[in-house]
Amino acid sequence: MMDGGSFVTPDGRTIGDVLMEVRNITLRFGGVVAIKDISFDIREGEIRAIIGPNGAGKSSMLNVINGFYHPQDGEIWFRGAKRGPMKPHAIAHQGIARTFQNIALFKGMSTLDNIMTGRFTKMRVPWWQQAIWTGPAEREEVENREIVEKIIDFLEIQAIRKTPVGRLPYGLQKRVELGRALAAEPKLLLLDEPMAGMNVEEKEDMSRFILDVNDEFGTTIALIEHDMGVVMDISDRVVVLDYGQKIGDGTPDEVRGNQDVIDAYLGVAHD
Amino acid sequence: MSAEVLYTFEVILNGLMAGVMYALVALGFVLIFKASGIFNYAQGVMALFAALTLVGLQNGQVPFAHLLNAIFGTDMHYFGWKLPTIGGVPVLAIVLAVFVMIFFAWAVERLVLKHLVNQEPIILFMATIGLAYFMEGFGDLMWGSDIKKLDVGLPQGGNLWLEEATAGWGGDAFYGFYIDNLDIWATLFAAILVITLVLFSQYTKTGRALRAVADDHQAALSVGISLRSIWVIVWSIAGFVALVAGIMWGAKLGVQFSLSLIALKALPVLMLGGFTSIPGAIVGGLIIGVGEKLFEFSIGPLIGGATENWFAYVLALLFLVFRPQGLFGEKIIERV
Repeated sequence: MMDGGSFVTPDGRTIGDVLMEVRNITLRFGGVVAIKDISFDIREGEIRAIIGPNGAGKSSMLNVINGFYHPQDGEIWFRGAKRGPMKPHAIAHQGIARTFQNIALFKGMSTLDNIMTGRFTKMRVPWWQQAIWTGPAEREEVENREIVEKIIDFLEIQAIRKTPVGRLPYGLQKRVELGRALAAEPKLLLLDEPMAGMNVEEKEDMSRFILDVNDEFGTTIALIEHDMGVVMDISDRVVVLDYGQKIGDGTPDEVRGNQDVIDAYLGVAHD
Repeated sequence: MSAEVLYTFEVILNGLMAGVMYALVALGFVLIFKASGIFNYAQGVMALFAALTLVGLQNGQVPFAHLLNAIFGTDMHYFGWKLPTIGGVPVLAIVLAVFVMIFFAWAVERLVLKHLVNQEPIILFMATIGLAYFMEGFGDLMWGSDIKKLDVGLPQGGNLWLEEATAGWGGDAFYGFYIDNLDIWATLFAAILVITLVLFSQYTKTGRALRAVADDHQAALSVGISLRSIWVIVWSIAGFVALVAGIMWGAKLGVQFSLSLIALKALPVLMLGGFTSIPGAIVGGLIIGVGEKLFEFSIGPLIGGATENWFAYVLALLFLVFRPQGLFGEKIIERV
């Protein structure tokens, strides 16, 4: 099922070609091996989950994809081209946006301004033109503002548009952060534990937004989750990591039946 | 109104305007500190260097004249032309000086900051001390060390209109408000500068990026903001602010090397206003300006005068004891 071109999911969505592929990635911090020889791909239009117990190397993998970490070995292919070592801000310009496990919003800025920063890669008028507020600068600001307002409507956060995000409750902050990442209209959206620390209701809301983003904008999403339950419901394919190694890869059903995965989650002793 | 009340009022007015001049210098510190956490000791020298460059360009001075003359055995000092002015204002020289300060910002990022990413704040602070003395020497080498007159076409001396208009207010003992024209212009420019900066940081992409970097480096990177280009922009803006401060102080005192010491006047302003707040720098400057003038006027004569040298620091110290983050600074909360 995974070979060849596109395929159709049970719920009728078409999953396209490979968008991103990591090949034989190894990441070390000094003597500690965080990721060991991991390969997998992410296809256009799918929701791809990376799961695994604590310390499995999930966040490290995300940081490799988004350029915070540079692996010692392995290749990263994005949109059919091999990617050299790049700075994270340059990778953002390639169309990869992300959220953070511990929420990295600009706390002193309003919801609106936070999401506006997400438009950074889409705004091209040079800064000196902005300083003297030329016609193009004003037009660009207005156009991008309209797009941001649509995202605010989509995420149902109109009521907190002007609130400094530092004052918002945790669940809403997570939603604003999703908005900021969405504002970049990313080709690949990385979500680092989007449901961590949420109550059941907030988790349901977040799951719905993730599915809606994928459905309405066709955004490819790679997400990390600790908690298996929700992930199995919303993702098309799942990679399972344990101790920095890949122990499973496939549809939720395939992964659920995988003995290694069951062992990792139930805590069978490693020999 | 009695003459005494009116004179006190005049002292307050003069204090406010002196405060604006302090705030101009403090503003440069705040911009850089907010965006990169660097306390830029060189801010005062940047003002000096900007003013030196402006005067040198305007008067057609040969840069590095001493050095060139020593090497080639020539005796050049001036090119013999002056740059054109518009209504007495050396517009072209100012524009060129802005470009020099932008180039300087770029060079600082390239040669210094780039190599010190993720270092301790104290290391960065030390680097700016080195930068300050390097620039002082470089400015000397480039433009010479003599005191220069800076004429930017602004009227100087007391404002006659204001003096005459208010002369009748306080009877025979009152001669009207004496306010220096230059101070009025400085206040006007400072106000425009601050309003522009605030609008820029609120309503433009780059302004938001500046605030974003000040807030969270990782998140800023993740939305595509390059820290290094932001630092160039921040240092450029700080260089521009230094130019404005250098023009105002230089027009007042002449362009001389002691101009770099105005940075010391900005320190109490920063302690008062907080290192991270632009409004804080303004209000702090005004409080210090008014405070030291009023103190000198009312208490000064009783204790032998010259209180302006230390009053600001004592006031700032008192503030530090009771409100370490300054008037507008972000509250310091340390989790344990």
